[in-house]
Order: sequence, then C-alpha cells, then structure tokens
Amino acid sequence: MSLSPAAVAAWRNREPRAFGATASRRALRWLGGAAFLAWLAWSFWLFDITPARLWNGAAGLLTILRLMIPPNPGELWADILKGMAESVAMAFLGSLIASLLAVPLGFLGARNIVTATLLRFSLRRLFDGMRGVDQLVWALAYVRAVGLGPLAGVLAIVSSDIAVLSKLYAEAIENAETRPGEGVAAAGGSRLQAIRFGILPQVLPVMLAQALYFFESNTRSAAILGVVGAGGIGLQIAERIKVRHWDEVAFIIILMVVTVGAIDLLSGAIRRRLIGRRETAPL
Amino acid sequence: MDSMAAHLPAVRRGEAAYQALRRQRRLTGLTGFAILAAAFLGAAWMSEFYPSSLAAGLPRIGEYFHRILPTLHWSTLFAGVEAEGSLAFWFYRLDSWLLLLQTAQMAALATLGGAAVALLLAFPAARNLAPSRWLHHLTRRGLEATRTVPEIVSALIFVWAFGVGPLAGILAIGLHTAGALGKLFSEVMENAPMQAWDGLRASGANWAQACRYAILPQVAPNLLSYALLRFEINLRSATVIGFVGAGGIGQELYQVIAFNYYEEISAIVVLVILAVMLIDLLSEKLRHRLTHAAGAR
Repeated sequence: MSLSPAAVAAWRNREPRAFGATASRRALRWLGGAAFLAWLAWSFWLFDITPARLWNGAAGLLTILRLMIPPNPGELWADILKGMAESVAMAFLGSLIASLLAVPLGFLGARNIVTATLLRFSLRRLFDGMRGVDQLVWALAYVRAVGLGPLAGVLAIVSSDIAVLSKLYAEAIENAETRPGEGVAAAGGSRLQAIRFGILPQVLPVMLAQALYFFESNTRSAAILGVVGAGGIGLQIAERIKVRHWDEVAFIIILMVVTVGAIDLLSGAIRRRLIGRRETAPL
Repeated sequence: MDSMAAHLPAVRRGEAAYQALRRQRRLTGLTGFAILAAAFLGAAWMSEFYPSSLAAGLPRIGEYFHRILPTLHWSTLFAGVEAEGSLAFWFYRLDSWLLLLQTAQMAALATLGGAAVALLLAFPAARNLAPSRWLHHLTRRGLEATRTVPEIVSALIFVWAFGVGPLAGILAIGLHTAGALGKLFSEVMENAPMQAWDGLRASGANWAQACRYAILPQVAPNLLSYALLRFEINLRSATVIGFVGAGGIGQELYQVIAFNYYEEISAIVVLVILAVMLIDLLSEKLRHRLTHAAGAR
C-alpha cells in the first residue's frame, strides 16, 4: 500500500506531530540549547575557568600525585594514629549521645504520642532548620564557643544528628502498631507503661539500626571535622597539606578509607546480630 | 489450684526453662551494656570529653548561641537599615551575600560535570553492558576511589593545584559527584531490560550505538532524578567548601564566624537554610514529575 505525495501532504497537515518535531518545537529546542550554552559560557567566565588554568592545575595535580607515591607515615606516625582514634571516638560518642537524646525528642515529635499540635509542629520545624546547617558549620561555631579540640567535634556531631535522628525516630513511632499499647492500657496499665511495653519494643530495633547507620556516616564526617579545628585526623591531614608532605597525606587518606571500611564491617555485623536480617531502609 | 499446678513436672520443667532463658538474656544484656559502657569511657577519654570541660563549655555555648540570635524589635521590624532591631539591619550586608547565587552555580556546574563523567563511565561499569571484564573492574575501582576521598580533603589538595577560588571547589565536588553518581547510574543500567539491547546488537549496532539507543532512553528519567537529588546534596557541600578557600558563601561564613560578627552568622545561616529548602522543594517537584512521566510510559 503506497500513498500518493498529495495524500502524504494531507496527512502531514492533519497530524503534524506524527511526522517528527514541528518547526516551533525545533525552534524551542534550539533556543533552550542556546540558553544553556550561554549560561555555561557565562559561568565559565564568572569562575575564570580557562583551558590554560585547567591545564596548569592538572599538571600541578599530577606532580602532587607523583609525590604521593609511595605513601609514607612519616616521623609523626603516632600523632596520625592518635588522630584517627580520636576521630572514631568522636563519631562513637557523638552518635551515642545523639541517639540517646533523640529518643525522648522522637516521642515528643510523634503524632500518636503528643497530641498538642503546636508543640509538635514547632519542634519539627526547629529540627528542619537544624538539618539545613551543615556539620562543618556546627563544628566551626563550637570551636569558637568551647575552643579547639575534639569536644567541639562531638558537640557538632550531636547537634547535626539529633535533628535527623529525632525525625526518623518520630516516624518509626508513628508507624508502630497501636494494638499492643491498647492492650496494655486495657489491662490497666498507665500511659507511660503503654509506651514502654506497647510501643518501645517495636521501635527499638529500628532505632538501633538507625543509630548504627549514623555511627558509620559519622566516622566519615568526623574524619574531616578537624579541618576547621574540631579534633581528629582532619587536623593532621590539613597540617600536612599546608606543609606539602604529600606522601604523608596519601598515607592518611589510605588510613581513613581503611578505617571507614572496618567500621562499616563492624557495625554491619553488630546490626545483623542485634536485629537479624530485617530490612531497614538506609538513608 | 496454683499449688497443685506448681508440682506437676511439666510445669516445673517449663518454669526452669523460662528462668534459664531469663538468666541468659539478662547476662547477654549485661555483657552488652558493659561493652557499651567501656567503649563510652574509652571514647570519652580519647576525645577529652570530660565532665569538667563539658561543664565549663555548656554556659559558653549558651552564651554564644544567644549572641548569634538577632535582636529584633516588633516596633521597628520593617524599618530601614538605620533602625536597630529591624530585619534590614540584620541583613544589612545582603548585597555581598549574593555570593549565595554563586554558590548555587558552583553546585550546578559541579553536578553537571560530575554527572557527565558519571554517565560516560557508567556504561562500562554496568556488569551487563561492560565490553570486557577488566574494563568493568577498572571503572568500578576508579569510581570507588573518587568517592571515598572526602570532598573537603580533595578541595584542600585542589586549592594547591588550581589556586584559591571556586574552580577548586567545583572540581572537588564534581569529582565526588562523578564517583557517587557513577555507581548509582551503573546500578540503574544493570536493572534495565536487555531485549532492546539484544535486538540492536543482533541487527549490527556497535557497542556505543546500542548504549545510546537501547539503554539510555530506558534509564534517562531515573538518571536525571538521581542527578537532581545529587544537586541538592552538592548545594549543601558548596556552602561549606569555602571553609578551605574553595569559593562560595563558605568563605564569607568562615570569616564572620572567625571574627565573631555574631548577628551576621545567623543572617548567613538563615539565608543558606532558606536557599537549601527552596532548592529541595523545587527539585522534589521536578523529580516527582520525572518519575510520574516514566511510570506513565
């Protein structure tokens, strides 16, 4: 079956979109592409990104990479190991304190526990605001408030985690079955007892799993908090970058990666032991 | 009745087993608690988290955050820049904080560049598409290496290589983005149905053509959605990458914190939070539309 050219033209008139993009659509596409290219050129100009700069930088980077091999712990290797231990300790302490403090806050933020809407609403908005502040900002502020050192790092981890953990805990509590609690209340238990024996056993595994996930991610972030002076291995790496001991920098990076991997394995093993192979959504 | 039941051997056995189980559970609970307490004490000693330093620090923290809060008065809230206690007085340096726009642009460029690299590397990194085993492993390990180095650390190094400024920050964030997105992209591609691929290969398409015409159309909405999600994350990173001299609002924030310009700290932080929330909202809307469009097809 073949159509005459006239019939094809007639069909093209009737169903223009069946014959590919129309002229106006094509013009729009070109315009979008041109606008995108203009934006790209403008931002390259704004940030002064030129081929020469990129080329020189890449050459410099290559030199740095060549100086990084072989990685070398240097003479102050004891300081490096101590810094790494400090980072892990900061992450552990921060996660522990945050997950303990988040339990009561999570209950306060849960719809089925606290019926005072205003309190719950303002608490949740406060958490939303706190969540928008990066951990490094917290760390810098705490360094100004309590001085250099790991204490500022621990406080920064607690402050930035508590908002997210409280929200996750509140959601877990809201998703809990209500019937065990109703049973406890029907058998004469008080409201507190209903929460303790009806709801807590359901949400405890979820809370534990989340706390362990936070420990893992905090190990990653505690490694860099020292860059702003909040203790840990970050201080060591920043100092060595400043004096350009690149082989020691490479050693610290490798040490960081290995430690983070080891903590991941450990926390995964604990999680499986404590709560079985239940699926909990990681962040 | 109770005393009679207690003498039945079955009841006694059951009771004994229950008590044994209880003892064992209590023992494991106590051991776990002891380990946790020991780890807590060790960590507290390691990170100098002493009760004395905490007690000394807490009032100072309270004072610090109290000072950061702006002094606003209802009567002059909407008055001009001159009036103390007005919003305009709080944000009096708003013009120089347009750096926030530059920060967002840094995040956009980094996301764009990182996503482009990730897209190119994701095809060989996907197990079902990789042309050869060693190329598959090479790209996988390469992507892993780029995403395990924290952004701040690579920014510190890039500042040496490329000089102080936004370029170092963009490259540092872009590098991390390439690693993280490359992994996600290749996972999406591994889950794509392979019939279209088989058909194209059977009809003589080469590897690149099959990637372009069989796989990309299937996965594009998902990839775009991941890239948008990454843009949200990168905006957060871009606000702090300036701490090490890599451009954006972070440099300004670092200075006002370092020089204790108390009220300016809260002003910048509020701006950052608002910007992050706005971008989150927009990107969530876009992502919803993308996934709905993909679902409808």
